[in-house]
Amino acid sequence: MIEIDDVSLRVRDTGILHGIAAQVPRDGITALIGPNGAGKSSLLHLCAGLTTPSAGRIVLDGEDVHRMAHRDRARRIAVLTQAQALTSRLTVKDLVSFGRWPHHQGRPRDEDRQIVEEALRLFDLLGLAPRQVETLSGGQKARAFTAMAWAQSTPWLFLDEPLAALDPRFARDLMAQLHVMSRPGPEARGVLIVVHDLNAAALWADHVLALKDGGVFAAGPAAEVMTPPRLSTLFDTGFGVVETKRGRLVYPE
Amino acid sequence: MTRWIWGGAALIALVAISLSIGAASLWTSDLGSGWLIAVSRFPRTAAAILAGGGLALAGVVVQQAVQNRFVEPGLSGTPEAAMLGLLVITLWAPGAALWIKMAVAALAAMAGTALFLKLAAHVPRSDPMLLPLVGLIYAGILGAVVVWIAWSVDLMQYLGVWQMGEFSGVVQGRYELLWGIAVLAALLYTLADRITILGLGADAARSLGLDYGQTVALGLAVVAAITALVVVTVGALPFVGLVVPNIISRLCGDNLRRNLPVVAVCGGGAVLAADIVGRLVRFPYEVPAATIFAIAGAAVFLWLLHAAPKAGNG
Repeated sequence: MIEIDDVSLRVRDTGILHGIAAQVPRDGITALIGPNGAGKSSLLHLCAGLTTPSAGRIVLDGEDVHRMAHRDRARRIAVLTQAQALTSRLTVKDLVSFGRWPHHQGRPRDEDRQIVEEALRLFDLLGLAPRQVETLSGGQKARAFTAMAWAQSTPWLFLDEPLAALDPRFARDLMAQLHVMSRPGPEARGVLIVVHDLNAAALWADHVLALKDGGVFAAGPAAEVMTPPRLSTLFDTGFGVVETKRGRLVYPE
Repeated sequence: MTRWIWGGAALIALVAISLSIGAASLWTSDLGSGWLIAVSRFPRTAAAILAGGGLALAGVVVQQAVQNRFVEPGLSGTPEAAMLGLLVITLWAPGAALWIKMAVAALAAMAGTALFLKLAAHVPRSDPMLLPLVGLIYAGILGAVVVWIAWSVDLMQYLGVWQMGEFSGVVQGRYELLWGIAVLAALLYTLADRITILGLGADAARSLGLDYGQTVALGLAVVAAITALVVVTVGALPFVGLVVPNIISRLCGDNLRRNLPVVAVCGGGAVLAADIVGRLVRFPYEVPAATIFAIAGAAVFLWLLHAAPKAGNG
């Protein structure tokens, strides 16, 4: 479990997050939703230890994220950030292989190579493995970076808008994969994901943390948070709802 | 594999040429060929290879640290900062041992490069050409300060030696510090993965468990030390760190665990070739290797810009 304990973030003179207090359960997918500029990515970066909060602390499975040793943290949390501009010329396989680096630090074992192969297979990258990442399309690139985070095999996986560049098939495959790996059990991996596609959140997320203006707007089981009245207030626009066999779909009116 | 054989053969050929040519003939000179090689030709050849290899490696590190292919130590104020340090120690303690001067130059180079990295953090990444321009101006300002100080204390002669890299003055006993580059290159190779990861960006590097600040600082220290060694012993050689890593990156990508040795060998070979050309074009007079390399390097750089308008950020 991640306990976000009264966390605030200021960048220069601008307050980004104010007194966030929330919990992210270890099992299930937690979706971070909210309007542009609500502070979703900032919160995800804080939880991953990439930035330091101005106040408060974040405790992951009993340990302060910002006090963990770097390598230790990289074995517990894998992050996919939004910026995937790669200036280096690396092959897809090299990139994905770097996901194992926190585990072997330059001396890969058979296990590491197997996991890289598995990641390439899972994200349909086997055919692209020898290609330079810079020659890939946006969606292929996104898959390569997601595969790298997946290969890190951490108990926690944080993804910042992983669906943005994916076509519907790969978006569904990714969510289904996250769903499977986050089922309760000894192997369960916690997934925290920033999404703008509310229906992806409605269909796949178990928990929702909604942010607005740098504060927590609502938090809880997806079905409770993603109601039209709440979404309407959250996004300042009316929402309609359609009940389907697969679940509830929402759309802005 | 064949690539290695060809590369090795080319380097051996360059070494053979470098050992055999010079104002004094190896075969007819009454100095004795063994003595000539030991005292002058071998030191000169080794110096060119070490300086070239070191600067090419330094170029890779700077490029990965700022995630921009068009930057190199010469475009980040590193040699100018080293010269500033040298001037200050020469004025303050003219009789100081060479290694002390060297250390001061390296520390100054480190500070100068660190300041460039601070500047780089504020330069928009949208246009990859912006950062080298900022670096050019920054190096220009540092260089102007160096010239102003040197002029006012009448040390312009020293400055000329540091600014223009050439190998005619290299003889036994006056270049051995450069072997430090071999040590630094070995150190760098142990950091190869970490430096490749730096090139993925700060966030990616941190999420892979790298102490980003510490790794950048370590890389920077190596770059500063290599640059200072080169400036002190043979003088600045611009473009080496830019041209060589860019060509290698195009040919074999940026996985440094595989590439660093190639970069080092090609950098050494390229500078040795420039020195050989400089010795031959006006034989028996010499043109500085830095001049030859700047001409060839500028041409290659223009080609890189033309051939890969987006390669800096793409």
